[in-house]
Amino acid sequence: MRNTRLLSMIRKEFIQILRDPRTLALVLVIPVVQLFLLGYAANNDVRNVPLAVFDQDRSPAARELLDAYRAADYFMLAFDVSSEEELRRLIENGQAGVGLIIPPGYGAAIEGTGSADVMFILDGSDPSVAATGLSAAQLIGQAHGARIQAERLARIGVTGAAQPPLEVHLTVWYNPDLEDSFFMIPGIIGMILYAITSLLTANAVVRERERGTIEQLIITPIRPWELVVGKIAPYTILALLNTIEVLAIGSLWFGVPIRSSLLVILGLSALFLLSSLGIGLLASTVANTQQEAMLTVWLTMLPALFLSGFFFPLQAMPKFLQAVSLIFPLRYYLSIIRTLLLKGTSPAALWPDILALAVFGVVLMTLAALRFRKRLD
Amino acid sequence: MAEPLLQARGITKRFGGKAAVDGLDLALFPGEILGLVGPDGAGKTTAIRLLCGALRLDEGEVTLMGLDLRRQVDRAREHIGYLSQRFSFYEDLSVMENLRFFAEIRGLSGVEWGPRANEILAFVGLAEFTERRAGKLSGGMRQKLGLASALVHRPKLLLLDEPTGGVDPVTRQDFWQLIIRMVRQEGVGVIISTPYMDEATRCSRVALLQNGRAVAEDTPENLRRRLAGRIVEVRGAPLAALRAAAAGLPGVADVQAFGDRLHVRLAAAEPETAIAALRAVLAGTDIRLDDARAIAPQLEDVFMAYAGRGEIQDA
Ligand SMILES: Nc1ncnc2c1ncn2[C@@H]1O[C@H](COP(=O)(O)OP(=O)(O)OP(=O)(O)O)[C@@H](O)[C@H]1O
Ligand SMILES: [Mg+2]
Repeated sequence: MRNTRLLSMIRKEFIQILRDPRTLALVLVIPVVQLFLLGYAANNDVRNVPLAVFDQDRSPAARELLDAYRAADYFMLAFDVSSEEELRRLIENGQAGVGLIIPPGYGAAIEGTGSADVMFILDGSDPSVAATGLSAAQLIGQAHGARIQAERLARIGVTGAAQPPLEVHLTVWYNPDLEDSFFMIPGIIGMILYAITSLLTANAVVRERERGTIEQLIITPIRPWELVVGKIAPYTILALLNTIEVLAIGSLWFGVPIRSSLLVILGLSALFLLSSLGIGLLASTVANTQQEAMLTVWLTMLPALFLSGFFFPLQAMPKFLQAVSLIFPLRYYLSIIRTLLLKGTSPAALWPDILALAVFGVVLMTLAALRFRKRLD
Repeated sequence: MAEPLLQARGITKRFGGKAAVDGLDLALFPGEILGLVGPDGAGKTTAIRLLCGALRLDEGEVTLMGLDLRRQVDRAREHIGYLSQRFSFYEDLSVMENLRFFAEIRGLSGVEWGPRANEILAFVGLAEFTERRAGKLSGGMRQKLGLASALVHRPKLLLLDEPTGGVDPVTRQDFWQLIIRMVRQEGVGVIISTPYMDEATRCSRVALLQNGRAVAEDTPENLRRRLAGRIVEVRGAPLAALRAAAAGLPGVADVQAFGDRLHVRLAAAEPETAIAALRAVLAGTDIRLDDARAIAPQLEDVFMAYAGRGEIQDA
């Protein structure tokens, strides 16, 4: 049987969306803007940190050490200074990120059998840059040291020692280049689905109250569920279009892999939408104006973004906050969408997350429907 | 008499402990226009919202064509057309789109609503404006769209909440012609709220509302008859002094200014005595008395009589 009331409600909502080109444009453009902003801005990759060197030795050996540091693209030789003072100033005012001090007699110590010390200075005010710089400086230094050792052994006739006894081969799966955007872009899909559906549905419902049209609606025989479904159906479709939009740009521009079928991705996204739509509807039952609705949704969205692993991986959070994150549906969806895109794991393996999303969806929708009264008081 | 279309008994609604509608009884019969008349805040809107189930009753009961509003609200609503005081249509939809939407969610199918919409738009005089966005309609046209939408599903009962608020006098006349024609043609019953006494006069029955209660309910003629012989119209100058003089006379209950004339309401129907007393008081003062005579009471007089201190002692 055709449900005229429901279809009519959906059509009306669509006409209104199309007649409001500003909102429609925002809905279609904002995800793209966020994708580019967050896809690039949240880039923690450390490359080409400016290096200031104070070379007090100026020997060929010192030059070799410098070349070793320059070979990796972590560091870029930016300043060649002639005093420790100068080096300190460059790091202080941020022009140099790291400093290298090669003491006098370095070359002589290396050529002979002695041991040489060099000093590497890091600006720790940005811990993530410093941490990467630190490990890069250590790795490069050790490798260089090992080579010098091998050369010395060869010089005194120990053969075969040029080969290091142990070599660790590293293979990174799913995101071989450790691109941060691979972590961010699936997250952005989650954030956009959440933001658009909850904000727009809350607004769409509250607008009926604000403009007084609810007064005509409630005296018609339309059922509360028809009103609710009629309201959310168009935004669900919009949100799924956004998902495809972000996926396309993520894949074509940022090269994010899509290792699961689009159908599975959209299906599980729709499951997540039950929760975000439910939150939007609940917000609409406590808000009287569109501003109030907006604020209510934002208040739930901020902790969700911070505690669901959107910015920081869940594993990096304290145990207590990991436990708190369990109350945010977004957490389960982010885990699902990242796995689906990057690993291509079969959805069957994701059942705990899927089950959690389904439970949240049903509970939130039921709560919203129960609170949704066809009355003015 | 026939079965009432609508019967409300003791309906009550409180907002934060204060009763907006307080034990109101109403009955409406087919072909009748019942006017709810009262000042701002009297409870007209609240009463009408209770009658269509938009607000929950705190006390009392409403039956609509034999259906209990509390238990069968959706079936009862099939028979209700409602025009709210506040414009409540989608400003971004056209006249026709609004009409179609509200027709369809009331369950009219595609083959039904089209012809009915055209008929009803022609009836209210909006046939040429079907494509215009509701937000671009004038105040009067908005109310006509409201009426058209309220009528589209052929309801038996129309609830109109101040439908002529903010509408120019000519359109108000138009609007009333529509209501009266519709009652004749379709035999519906109408409950209409209005702050205008001239509109109340057109109703079959009027309930005077004050603080959520009906202080009087009768036909306009009967209501006016309650004050027969007790209204004296006085003209003269200066009006303020004249008014003070009249108010001080024995047997005068109240004096109201109506434009350039005064209506002196008497406690008993003895206009000649009062007029003579007034002339005696004014003699020798420089207050001019141009005219003083007993007139047929207006509905305003009746309303003022109830609004003032509450009671009319019947002579
Ligand atoms: N939703 C509400 N919440 C709180 N008080 C309300 C509400 N609706 C109405 N009231 C109060 O109930 C009383 C009656 O209001 P109502 O709107 O029914 O009067 P009215 O006769 O329609 O007045 P008007 O001519 O201004 O439309 C008023 O005192 C009003 O402030
Ligand atoms: Mg009102």
